[in-house]
Amino acid sequence: MRLEDKLYLIGFKVDEVGGSHLAIKDKSVCLACEMKQCLYICPCGVYEIDEIKNEVSINYDACVECGTCRVSCDEIDWHYPRGGFGVAYKFG
Amino acid sequence: MSDIKYDVAIVGAGPAGLSAAIVLAKAGVNVIVVERGRFPGAKNVMGGVFYTDCMKGIVEEFPNGAPVERHIIEQRMWMIDDESYVGFGHKNAKFDKEPYNCHTVLRAQFDKWLAKQATDAGALIVNKTVVTEPIMEDGKVVGIKTGRPEGDIKANCVIVADGVNSLMAKSLGFRAKLKKESVALAVKEIIGLDEKVINDRFNVTGSQGVTIEMTGSLFKGAEAMAFLYTNKKSVSLGVGMIIEDMMKHNINPNELIESLKKHPAISPLIAGGETKEYLAHMIPEGGYNDMPQLVGDGVMITGDAATMVNAVHREGSNLAITSGKLAAQTYLEAAEEGDFSSAALSSYIDKLQESFVMSDLKKYKALPKLLQKNRQLLDKYPKLMNDAAFELLTVDGISKQEKQKHIWKNMKQQIGFTNMLKDLYKIWRSVG
Ligand SMILES: Cc1cc2nc3c(=O)[nH]c(=O)nc-3n(C[C@H](O)[C@H](O)[C@H](O)COP(=O)(O)OP(=O)(O)OC[C@H]3O[C@@H](n4cnc5c(N)ncnc54)[C@H](O)[C@@H]3O)c2cc1C
Repeated sequence: MRLEDKLYLIGFKVDEVGGSHLAIKDKSVCLACEMKQCLYICPCGVYEIDEIKNEVSINYDACVECGTCRVSCDEIDWHYPRGGFGVAYKFG
Repeated sequence: MSDIKYDVAIVGAGPAGLSAAIVLAKAGVNVIVVERGRFPGAKNVMGGVFYTDCMKGIVEEFPNGAPVERHIIEQRMWMIDDESYVGFGHKNAKFDKEPYNCHTVLRAQFDKWLAKQATDAGALIVNKTVVTEPIMEDGKVVGIKTGRPEGDIKANCVIVADGVNSLMAKSLGFRAKLKKESVALAVKEIIGLDEKVINDRFNVTGSQGVTIEMTGSLFKGAEAMAFLYTNKKSVSLGVGMIIEDMMKHNINPNELIESLKKHPAISPLIAGGETKEYLAHMIPEGGYNDMPQLVGDGVMITGDAATMVNAVHREGSNLAITSGKLAAQTYLEAAEEGDFSSAALSSYIDKLQESFVMSDLKKYKALPKLLQKNRQLLDKYPKLMNDAAFELLTVDGISKQEKQKHIWKNMKQQIGFTNMLKDLYKIWRSVG
C-alpha cells in the first residue's frame, strides 16, 4: 500500500493560519548533509527535496508529531502544532 | 484561566496524567488537566495490551463500561527471519477467567473513556491547548503557561505527564535530549477484518484474543521488534526499530511495515483485511539509566516523560498509570503539611522504588546498553535458530548427526563458541 493512500486515512486538522510547526534551523547544513536521514526516516514522508529551490521542503500537513526527525537530526526546530490542530487518530 | 489557582495542574491527558487526575479529584482536590489534542487520545498510540491490575484504586470494577477489545488468552513469541520464524507460545485457561490479566485497547477510544472517569470524579480537562513551559518563581514551579491568550495556570503543584517527547522535562532542565540509540520509532496499522475471520484464524471465540510478539530481522538485515494483536474487528500490526538502527540501515518506516505485511507468517493472518488507520509513535526504551530527574520544587514527572517503559515485556501504560497514581498520593500527603518542596515530594521516588515500577526498571537496567553493544543477540541468534530449525526438520537423506554437526559448525563460524557462552552469560546477568 502506498504511503499517500495511508495518509489519506488519517484524520488531520491542518493549521492553515499558523502554518508549519516544523522548521529547519539552517538550510545550508542540509546541502552538506551526507546522510539526509530526514528524507527516509519520517514515517509520513514530511521531508522532501525541492529540486527547483534545491533545498529540503517540509510538508507539515502530513506530520503525525512522532518526533523521530527531531531525535535523528539536530537541525530540526520541532514544535507541537497549535492546540487542537495536527493529527487526530480515530483508533489510536 | 488566569484568575483561578488550582491545587494541581497536570500536563497531558494520557494514562499517567488521567490516573493522577482521577485519584486527586476523588480526594476532592481542585485539579486541571491540559491536553493539546482535540480530545484525550487523539495523539496517542500503543500496541496495545493494557494490564488490568494497575487500575486498582483508580477505576473500580474495571473493565466494566470501558472500551476494551479482547482479553488475551494466548501469547506467542516468535524469533523471525526473512521467510520464517521459530516460536514459543503460551495459552492458558487461567487467562480466560475474570478478572482478566490484560485486554487489547485502542487508545483514541480508551483515553477518551478514561478522561470521562476523571471529569466524572470532578477534574477539569481542557483540550486543544498546548502547555508551552512551566511558570517559575524563585526556582520553584508554580504553574504552567499555555498557548492560549492569558493562558497562565497557577497551581500548588504540577504533574508532568506529556509523554515521550516531554518538552516539559526538557524546559525544566530535568533531562538531556532524547538519544537516538535509546528511542524507538514504531509504526502500526489497524487492519479491519470480520470478527468471525479473526476467531477462526486465531482459534478463539467471543472476546478471547491472541498476541504475537516478534523479534529478529525482516527487512534490510536490521533488528526489528514487531507485534500483532487481535482486536474485536481488526488486528493491530506494528513494527518498531531503534532510531539509530534506522539511520544505519537507511530504513523507511512505511517500507518496513509493508515488508512485515508480506512476511509469510503474517500475510495469511491479515489476508483480505483493509487498512483503517496508519499510525506512528516513539517509545522511550532507555529504561532506568535514561530516567530524568523525577522531582523538583512543585513538580513531579510521570509515565513516558520519565522513561518508564519496560520494553522487554512491552509494558508502558501500566507503569504510566501507576506512576500517576503514586504522584497523586504524594501530593495528597504533601498537602497535609502544605509543603510542596522537592524534599517533601521526594516521597514520590520512594513510592516508585517500593512499587513494581522501579524494581522492574532496575531489573532490566543493563539491557538497553547490552543490546546496543551486542546487536548479534537480536540479529544473528534469531537467524541461527531459524536456520537450525529448518535444517533439522528437513528430511533429505542426510543423517541427523551430520545435520547437528553442520549446525554447530555454522554457529561456531557465525558467532564462535566462547562468544556464545559470553552472550549467554550477559543475557543471564541482565534479565536473570
Ligand atoms: C507502538 C507502541 C506500542 C506500545 N504497546 C504497548 C503495550 O502493548 N502495552 C503497554 O502497556 N504499553 C505499550 N506502549 C507504551 C505506552 O503507549 C506508553 O507507555 C503510555 O502511553 C505512556 O503514557 P503517558 O500518559 O506517560 O504518555 P502518553 O500516552 O504519550 O500521553 C501524553 C499526553 O500528553 C499530551 N501532551 C504532550 N505534550 C503536551 C503539551 N505540551 N501540552 C498539552 N498536552 C501535551 C499528549 O497529547 C498525550 O495525550 C506502546 C507504545 C507504542 C508507541
